[in-house]
Amino acid sequence: MKRELTCIVCPIGCSLVAEIEDGKVVSVSGNTCPRGKAYAETECVAPKRTVTTTVRCIGGRILPVKTDRTIPKEKVFDAMKIINNLHPVLPISAGDIIMKDVFGSNIVAVKNMF
Amino acid sequence: MADLVIIGGGPAGMSAAIAAYKKGVRDILILERDGALGGILQQCIHNGFGLHKFGQELTGPEYALQYENQIKELGIRYKLNTMVLSITKDKVITATNGEDGIFKLRPKAIILAMGCRERSKGALNIGGTRPAGIYSAGTAQKLVNMEGYMPGKEVVILGSGDIGLIMARRMTLEGAKVKAVCELMPYSGGLARNIEQCLCDFDIPLKLSHTVVEIHGKERVSGVTIAKVDENKKPIIGTEEYIACDTLLLSVGLIPENELSIGASVSIDKITGGAAVDQDRQTDCAGIFACGNVLHVHDLVDFVSDEAEIAGQSAADYISGIKEENIHINVETDGKIRYTVPQKITKKKDVTVYFRVADVYRNVKICVYDGDTLLLAKKKVKVAPGEMESIKLSEDMLANCRKLQFKLEEVNA
Repeated sequence: MKRELTCIVCPIGCSLVAEIEDGKVVSVSGNTCPRGKAYAETECVAPKRTVTTTVRCIGGRILPVKTDRTIPKEKVFDAMKIINNLHPVLPISAGDIIMKDVFGSNIVAVKNMF
Repeated sequence: MADLVIIGGGPAGMSAAIAAYKKGVRDILILERDGALGGILQQCIHNGFGLHKFGQELTGPEYALQYENQIKELGIRYKLNTMVLSITKDKVITATNGEDGIFKLRPKAIILAMGCRERSKGALNIGGTRPAGIYSAGTAQKLVNMEGYMPGKEVVILGSGDIGLIMARRMTLEGAKVKAVCELMPYSGGLARNIEQCLCDFDIPLKLSHTVVEIHGKERVSGVTIAKVDENKKPIIGTEEYIACDTLLLSVGLIPENELSIGASVSIDKITGGAAVDQDRQTDCAGIFACGNVLHVHDLVDFVSDEAEIAGQSAADYISGIKEENIHINVETDGKIRYTVPQKITKKKDVTVYFRVADVYRNVKICVYDGDTLLLAKKKVKVAPGEMESIKLSEDMLANCRKLQFKLEEVNA
């Protein structure tokens, strides 16, 4: 089975074709770099996404955060629910962990807020 | 006083300041309208910035922080909450803030780095009433990401530029229902990766060759009527479709913010909406440089930083009085290539020319001519208006050149 994909790893957005046999990706074409091949291999089997969102800190200020690695795509809305219940206390520096192990990823601040 | 004043402390202004500092300018002052450095990056909390510049995927605030930290380490001065009121041709800046009142500066060089603003609904002439619930995508982005307010629950987005696509995902993640993204053109103006990860991931329909013809609602938006458009972008009667919604986001283009530049009598390129510049990003007013989205709207902040480095280094050379052999080559385009930056070349050195095409073209070559002589050709499988292209011209090519012409030609299979 063939599957067409758009690579989301970088702004080039290569059009990829993945050949899938028995639930495994056996070949990838159309990629201009190795990251595109890796993306297609994951995307066809167990797609993953980085989540970027915000949390409301105690005091009301809005702090941007992200998952420090990708999480399973089907867990994105579950992760949003967990993150929206976080209300950290300031000050916080970019890189600080707000919560550990949300579907295998840490929630980290991406901005200094004092 | 300052040798170099930079108007705007966003990615362009910060990168220009650092580049000028590294070339020896010490007396630098950045004037920033907002209460923090970083510009629009502060509200762009999504990732995808910095792959080209830092080799990693950063969010907007993280990308800004890399530069802000350098500005602080180098001790480059900046004034926040400071509005520049005017610039004159002879480089007199009038600015104001709460601490200093109204003050004047007379630097040796100025770098314009004011960025751009969003095209508004007024510029689009959509019929209907004027209810609450109509926002530019960037305003909605600021409300959600910085103020913590959701502008609405059921959303239609007009325009498929990257900000609109990013906001479709952002509003969906926060619980809104994005019912459609309408795009007037037969192709999206946004990056393919954003169509994929912001629309396809959430089954949000992208309606190409569609526009909003009427906005309904009295106090608040209650719905919009959309319609298909023909090849002349005119709505086709009988294709109207009503979509109930409480919010309409507009992501219909960005306009370089050049009121200050025009006040300084800097010549503006009608197509880019920014200053016409040479390879050093110097305008036709000596000592006034421009870079970033105030010069032409970029797709990637990484390229803004690159361009700002050129402007910063050139401003440093100008201040120290470095003069090179002057030539004068105009860069012309054929219409299929809409514009180039720079628009003219005044020094014999390697120059990278950036440009955009007018439509989606496949199997083409970008040709650079000096009169009838072909200097360079570069094949491309596909080019699109949403993706800035570049081509590098060597000093040798420019040696005896008089007029450069950029043309897009078909490749015979």
